[in-house]
Order: sequence, then C-alpha cells, then structure tokens
Amino acid sequence: MKRTTSLRWSTYAAPSRFYALAGKLVPWFWAATIVLSAIGLFIGFGIAPSDFQQGDAYRIIFIHVPAAWMSMVIYGVMALFAVLGWAFNTRLSSMYARALAPTGAMFTFLALWTGAFWGKPTWGTWWVWDARITTEFILLLLYVGYIALTEAIDDERRAAHAGALLALVGAVNLPVIRYSVVWWNTLHQGATISMDSAPKMAATMLIAMLIMTLAFWAYSFAVVFTRARAIVLEQEGDTEWVRALAARQTRA
Amino acid sequence: MHWNSYADFVHMGGYGLYVWGSYGAALVLMLIEPLLVVQRRRRALAQAGDGETA
Repeated sequence: MKRTTSLRWSTYAAPSRFYALAGKLVPWFWAATIVLSAIGLFIGFGIAPSDFQQGDAYRIIFIHVPAAWMSMVIYGVMALFAVLGWAFNTRLSSMYARALAPTGAMFTFLALWTGAFWGKPTWGTWWVWDARITTEFILLLLYVGYIALTEAIDDERRAAHAGALLALVGAVNLPVIRYSVVWWNTLHQGATISMDSAPKMAATMLIAMLIMTLAFWAYSFAVVFTRARAIVLEQEGDTEWVRALAARQTRA
Repeated sequence: MHWNSYADFVHMGGYGLYVWGSYGAALVLMLIEPLLVVQRRRRALAQAGDGETA
C-alpha cells in the first residue's frame, strides 16, 4: 500500500517521466504563445485607442507590464523550487529552478529596457534611480548572481544548495519591488490594476495587456520546459534511459 | 483601425522609435532564447550519445 502511494507521488518527480511529458506539452505551449501574441497584438494595436495623454507611446505597456510580472513570478517559482530541492533533495526541483533563471533574467531585462523606452518620451529620461526601477535592477543582479553561482559549482548537489540559499535570501526583494511605489515617492506610477478597485484603464487596453500576459506565460512554459529537458539530459547523461534515448535518436 | 497607412503605423503618432525599440527588443530576445534552448537540448542529447561509445 505504502509502495503504491510513494510511486504515485514520485511519478512526475522522476526526470525520465518529466522529460517525456514535457516533450508532449512544449509544442502546445508554442502554439498558444503564437496565437495569444497575435490576438493580444491585434487588440493592442488595432482596436485599443490612443491614450489621451500619452498618445501611442503607452502601447509599450502591452509588453512592459507582462514582462515585469513574469520577472517577479518566475523568481518566486524559482526560489520555491530551489528551496524544495534543497530541503527534500528532489533533484528535479533543483533542475526546474536552474531552468527558470535565464528566462526570468530575460524578462527582467526586457522590463527594464521597455521601461527605459517608455520613460524617455513620458518622463524625459531613459533611466532614474527611483525605488521601483532600482529594485527591479537588483532583481536582474540576483538572477545573474544565481546563474553565475550555480554554473560555477561543478557538483550538482552543492550547486543546488548554494543556489537555493541565494534565491531564498534574494526573495526578500520581491515584496520590496511590489510595494516600492507605495512605500516611496517614486517617478514610476502606482499599480494600475489591483484586486480591490476597478482598473484605471480602458477595457480594450486591459484585455490586450492580459492576453499578452497569457502569451508570456505560455512562452515561459515552452522555453523553461525545453531548458529543463536539456538539463535533465545533461545531468542524467550516464543513466540507462538517456543512453537508450540518445541511441534511438542517432539511429533515426 | 485608427491607422491610415503603413507609414502612419510605423510613425506611431511620433513615438515610433520608443514603441518599436521596445517591441524590437522583445522580438529579438524571444526569438534568440528559444533557439538557444533548442540547441542546448540537441547538444545534450548528442553528448549523451557520445558517452555511450566512449
């Protein structure tokens, strides 16, 4: 009895199972990314009106906000998996954490970049060290630090432990980013969308932004799953199932 | 549609540089990253195959 439950619990925690399942899901995530992006961009550029204050410069929002959201969500998930892998020694969790980091860093960079390109026409400056921008920049440094640290340690378990510690300590930055526009008087505007009030933007603008957010989610799943599969192969290279898989691939 | 022509769309009400500078970066990054991960998985699979013959 105990054996069956433990088997069930670990079914998708086994790297080989994950590898096969993710391989089936990835094409669907790519399809979703393309379809959602097309719909989101069509609404964002074709239907949503110009802003009465910012003209068409505001259209950067359709990628700026989703990128910024993803940068924080991915960090949170990465830290969670890193700590799970550390605490329970589940190797797949640590692999997920490392697969998430580069995509999180990419979205953080994109949030800063699009922010600069939005700041210039609306604030008159590419960059300002206000609380929101500075804490988002620190997030980028945390990602880079996590990637550098885990890549620098050859022993996978030690790399996972060190990375988890850094990711956990760095997670304190997440609420600071979230509330930076409340705690400090920033040039960056406050939240446009919140759970307890109506959004302060036109419905079509909001819909375009939310669809682009879903597109970025689908993109993240597609890329992170593919990278996690690569990491599984790299770390399980000497196991029977990977060798069998590689042999089949060479013959085909 | 509120764009009268292709040029009007590119112009983006005078904000073309900023809007396309943002979307261009997103497009480049979100094309390069998938290419890199696909390459990385192929390489890992090929190397696992090499390990067998060694």
